[in-house]
Amino acid sequence: MTTSTQTPATPTTAPSRRRRGSAGRFQGGNPVVYAVAFLVVCATLGPVVYGVLGGFRSNAQLADAPASLPDPWIFSNYTGVVTDPSFWQYTLNSVVVAVVTTAIVVVFGVMAAYPLARYAFKGREVLFMVFVAGLLFPATVAVVPLFILLTQNFGLGNTWWGVALPQAAFALPMTVVILRPFLKALPKELEEAAQLDGTSRIGFFWRILIPLSGPGMVTVGVLAFVGSWNAYLLPLLLLQGDMKTLPLGVADFSSEHSSDTAGVFAFTTLAMIPALVFFLAMQKRIVNGLQGAVKG
Amino acid sequence: MADDAAVTTAPASPATSTGPAAGATRQGRPAAGRPGGGRRAADSKLRKRLEIAFFVAPALAMLALFVVWPVITAVQMSAFRWNGRGPLVDFVGLANYVSVLTDDVFVGSLVNNLVIVVLSIAIQLPLGLAIALLLNRRMWGQGALRTIIFVPYVLAEVVAGVVWFQLLQPYYGVLDTILQSVGLEPPAQGWLGDPDLALWTVMAILTWKYLGLAVILFLAGLQGVPEELYEAAQLDGASWWQVQRRITVPLLGPTIRTWGFLSMIGSLQLFDMVWILTKGGPANATSTMAIFLVNEGTRSNNFGIAGAASVVLFLIALVMAVLYQRLILRRDAKGVA
Repeated sequence: MTTSTQTPATPTTAPSRRRRGSAGRFQGGNPVVYAVAFLVVCATLGPVVYGVLGGFRSNAQLADAPASLPDPWIFSNYTGVVTDPSFWQYTLNSVVVAVVTTAIVVVFGVMAAYPLARYAFKGREVLFMVFVAGLLFPATVAVVPLFILLTQNFGLGNTWWGVALPQAAFALPMTVVILRPFLKALPKELEEAAQLDGTSRIGFFWRILIPLSGPGMVTVGVLAFVGSWNAYLLPLLLLQGDMKTLPLGVADFSSEHSSDTAGVFAFTTLAMIPALVFFLAMQKRIVNGLQGAVKG
Repeated sequence: MADDAAVTTAPASPATSTGPAAGATRQGRPAAGRPGGGRRAADSKLRKRLEIAFFVAPALAMLALFVVWPVITAVQMSAFRWNGRGPLVDFVGLANYVSVLTDDVFVGSLVNNLVIVVLSIAIQLPLGLAIALLLNRRMWGQGALRTIIFVPYVLAEVVAGVVWFQLLQPYYGVLDTILQSVGLEPPAQGWLGDPDLALWTVMAILTWKYLGLAVILFLAGLQGVPEELYEAAQLDGASWWQVQRRITVPLLGPTIRTWGFLSMIGSLQLFDMVWILTKGGPANATSTMAIFLVNEGTRSNNFGIAGAASVVLFLIALVMAVLYQRLILRRDAKGVA
């Protein structure tokens, strides 16, 4: 270890060393860094991995030796969940609600952000402030009256729309705040060229702006999807029986089978897999979106 | 409404993609006719307004229906004694606010929220900063590391809560078993069952869940620090510590301050994790304002009380947001200007 770090002066490695030298000189004590990194990874992943592996064990195994590997590996917990029709029903509900939420957020969000970014008109900043003010109304604050309105006035109790529409509404302010600078940054020349070609502003929106703002829309779309997929409070108040989403299913399963630890682990693991795969694939977008929010 | 109708006729044609522009012009032009530049200018002005309305109306309608209306309803509800059925008739003025603000459970929940706001920042800021600074270097497996750190954040609070609930089961949960095997005595009523410990346990789990977000945002902020600064400092003989303290952390200021804002707003709204772990118990030791208002609204059918609690929660969040903006974020605005 020490020898390899001490002998960087061979001619071939020298230039590249130099370029990253600034960071390199300050590194000092690499083993310490790796040790800390290892600790962080263990603390972060420990509970998750324990849950995944716990799903492959029996309750007896978990009780006898909580901190060991499955021996033998048991698959009945997972097959039990996968053959449970309500698990698939919950998954379907989660997917539909999240897709509808995302579609509304992206379409209405980009529409609203367009004039706010590229039209010059009186009251534009005031209009934008309406959306910024929307950020100050967290969904939690309005959840009880929202529940009353949705069930009594709108007739949307226990429906996909009843969850998707309010979720989209509460996600819109953030979406507009993220998208506006994004649309603003597209070069002015594009618009001028389009105008010279006789394209109207609406035509510009559909044929040029929408295709070009793909990355921005993906970012806000992923954020909306994440939010919807993980949402618990509004579905808890609004959805019953076969309409429940996956988080509700997880919570129910956990309280109904609280002594069946292995079963709970299997159910939770399967519930988090689609989310994990999707979100980690989209990790850059999520981080970008959050950073955009931080800067915005 | 009439406005809406006028606006909604326009979008039908753009959707058919053949001639969005043509569709819209046909709508506007014939009415004005050919003559007069002034007329035409007024016409195009009107058209522009219609366009703006068309683009903004759906989002505004959503906000009005699902954000503004419920908030108004909350204010309205808060002035009545109401069990959720029938019309609002039993007007009680500010009585609901008085009972909310003198309710020990609500005040306790408010205090818990504030403790969580402060502790979240006090714990995650130094820890997140330390980890971000350590990881902000070329090292093996950095990409994987960043992904791993982000995992707890993308899990639903419910999923994370359920897993932790199992890990923390008294006696046969893995944590207690490990403690016993090394000769330590776990708390008799369990980590979540002891009123003195429950809030701290929740706090620890929240740290586990949200530390990754802080690290990821700080790391992203660190990439914005120009490399030359490090080189210059290095030439001047600054130590690693000095560089971090004098250059990196100050330049990370805006990121840290906005992260703090997000963290604060999130802490004030905390519900899912607590609901899964303790439902606010034991003896309301972990209750939050959101738990309180959901309990009042859905379990006790005290919608008036729930409305008043919603308004109070909103006002507290608003005041804290404005104060934060004034006292802390304003520095960034100044820095830019």
